[in-house]
Amino acid sequence: MDHQPPPFFKRGPAPLALLSFYVALAVALLVVDARFRALEVVRQGLSMFTHPVQHLAHLPAQFFDNAGSYFASLVRLQDENAQLKRARLENVATLLRSQQVEVENERLRKLLGVKERRQVSGQVAQILYSARDPYARRIVIDKGQQDKVVAGQPVIDDAGIVGQVTRVFPFVAEVTLITDKEQAVPVQVVRTGLRSVVFGLGSGQLELRFVPANADVQNGDVLVTSGLDGIFPAGFPVAKVVHIESDTAYSFARIFCVPLAAVEHFSEVMVLDPLPALVLPEALASEVASKGAKSSGRSGQAKKKRLKKD
Amino acid sequence: MQTSYSSSRILLPVRPWFIGFTLLTALLLNFLPTSVWPAVPDWLALLIVFWSVREPRLVGMGLAFVFGLVMDVADASLLGQHALAYVLAAYGGAALSRRILWFPLGQQALQVFPLLLLVQLVQLAVWAVVGADFPGMAYLLGPLFATLLWPSLTFLLLLPQHQAVDRDDNRPL
Repeated sequence: MDHQPPPFFKRGPAPLALLSFYVALAVALLVVDARFRALEVVRQGLSMFTHPVQHLAHLPAQFFDNAGSYFASLVRLQDENAQLKRARLENVATLLRSQQVEVENERLRKLLGVKERRQVSGQVAQILYSARDPYARRIVIDKGQQDKVVAGQPVIDDAGIVGQVTRVFPFVAEVTLITDKEQAVPVQVVRTGLRSVVFGLGSGQLELRFVPANADVQNGDVLVTSGLDGIFPAGFPVAKVVHIESDTAYSFARIFCVPLAAVEHFSEVMVLDPLPALVLPEALASEVASKGAKSSGRSGQAKKKRLKKD
Repeated sequence: MQTSYSSSRILLPVRPWFIGFTLLTALLLNFLPTSVWPAVPDWLALLIVFWSVREPRLVGMGLAFVFGLVMDVADASLLGQHALAYVLAAYGGAALSRRILWFPLGQQALQVFPLLLLVQLVQLAVWAVVGADFPGMAYLLGPLFATLLWPSLTFLLLLPQHQAVDRDDNRPL
């Protein structure tokens, strides 16, 4: 039996052993988070500490913002007020007509036996801050589990779709913007009714994919949600086409769009209530179930995965 | 307590609460809405490297890991992304601490730059594996700016340790 001399200084495990332990732990966390998305509990626990601190860090900015608006000149406010009043008057005519048109539309749809368009409602939320990471096009809003926000809810502002709630914490929620690389929105071109899916590029722009090179899409075309995914209600503006590249080497055109909503700016947004799940007819449902995930597209899978997380 | 190249003066031992305070301040600075400006350094990475070079016995990989996780949650990035980067930086800082402290401040900064660059590159690698594009060279400007801050940061953070052992009201500092 050989005796080891007692250590003079207690230093704990060797640095290299510690390093390999922590690196292994971090890599394991990365894999579990990226592949299985099973660490939401850990995230929520840590967020109880980080969100108050983040809030604290944003207090000075808010203070300057408030101070700025406090000292805003009276004239400018009066101007703005007058402008808003004028805009309201101008909109009243359209609004009144649209209410009547909506009722008429509903009646006609009923007559035709088409499913009625659902009313959408929601709750207003304030954007707290945006993520620091240049990769993550995400914002954090001040409504969470306490306000019954669930993952998957669409988020809009006064001009169009902003994004989708992807993570919910007790008091705040994380919204993935439509410009995020992982976000896809099913859309249709207003002018032609052409349906497709628009993907975020991660650079503040979006790309309309799977459109044939000879399809009728022009610069300035407005894309609205098609509502086919059962998540985003139909008819909300999403983006505007700004640039079209059609290369004969590819069968699809490359169509770049910019979001219509003030996606990258701080403002108030509205979280729409989740739509009730669509019920398929018996025969169709059994067919879909038997086919399984094989037939559903990539974007559909991604969306389902995202929904499953909550 | 380390003697440096420029002076053989023995500093006071650092107070652990001061390290905690500076790290938390760095966390707050990281949380500021400065993401729109280019070349804002990752303050937490800078502070973790600083303390792991100065006090490798007090600030180690465990602390770096915890702060990394906090940053991951706050940034909505993949869990473990910042943690991995910070742990590697802390290890590098501790391993090189004897050597780095031997040099004058300017050359110390030069040796710290690769560590800070490593923090960004590890995060780039993580994102590349997940499948994201390169965000542009501006992403790598942050470490450069942090490196320029190294001498002044050293001066500032070592001020508490430069105080006299026995207080004398008639002597400044």
